[in-house]
Amino acid sequence: MAFAGELLISFFLIVSGIFGFVGSFGLLKLSDPMSRMHAPTKATTLGVGGVLIASILHSIFIEQHLSLHELLITLFLFITAPVSAHFIAKWHIHRHETPESLPDAGDDGVWATHDIEEDEDAADMPR
Amino acid sequence: MRLLRRIFPHPFLTLLLTLVWQLLVNDLSLNSLLFGFFLGIVIPVVTMPYWPNRPKLQNIPMVIEYILVVLYDIVVANIAVARIVLFKPDAARTPAWVRIPLELRSPEAIAVLAGTITMTPGTLSADLSAKGHSLLVHCLDTDDPEAVRDEIKQRYERRLKEIFE
Repeated sequence: MAFAGELLISFFLIVSGIFGFVGSFGLLKLSDPMSRMHAPTKATTLGVGGVLIASILHSIFIEQHLSLHELLITLFLFITAPVSAHFIAKWHIHRHETPESLPDAGDDGVWATHDIEEDEDAADMPR
Repeated sequence: MRLLRRIFPHPFLTLLLTLVWQLLVNDLSLNSLLFGFFLGIVIPVVTMPYWPNRPKLQNIPMVIEYILVVLYDIVVANIAVARIVLFKPDAARTPAWVRIPLELRSPEAIAVLAGTITMTPGTLSADLSAKGHSLLVHCLDTDDPEAVRDEIKQRYERRLKEIFE
């Protein structure tokens, strides 16, 4: 039983190692900023998830008591990862995209990041 | 009944906070259970002004189905993205922007949809249109942006509509 547990724990640790590596490698390899964001938002979910599952299994098989507060880390990760990715995407749109380079926004006419009131003073301000 | 509503204005939040407190303490005892329940009563009452139009969850089995579908998709998404990152040369990849017209109206439902899109296969939610009627999504690698749009609408938005509206 203990051996089977160790085997399972090692499996999840290896899986998380592989996906953690892919996430960081993707950040280097992919060519444009928007594509780069795909690697860390996805591959790291399974990377971190694997470590947390391994940690829960370790507490069950080796330490002989149930520990579930790893689930909270998963919960917080699922809340924070999309929000930070969204911030970076908005920054990218703000600095590097124009309304013409994005697809048509339908009835609303323009995407929220480009929905800024024209300010005459802003043109003179240093960037 | 009205007294009960005064004490528990938000019964799901009370339950969730009690549960999260148990997980934080990581030890089930009468002490932590009582204190978690105390927090579960106080926090909803104190934060009441911040959610005047809170959504009602309509369909609890659908919530569970949605969570399972998303968890499964996250695993598939990880493998798909890993294959693209490791084996596909950058020149052969075709990234694309996709516009998703939204039928959802409640801000909470749109937030959940945007978060789900970011966590699942090769898509990333990037922006909302000026009045919130469409969502801008970036695809890592797609030949057919319309199929991506239809899948998101069919797989996630339909379920969220049943949950929130």
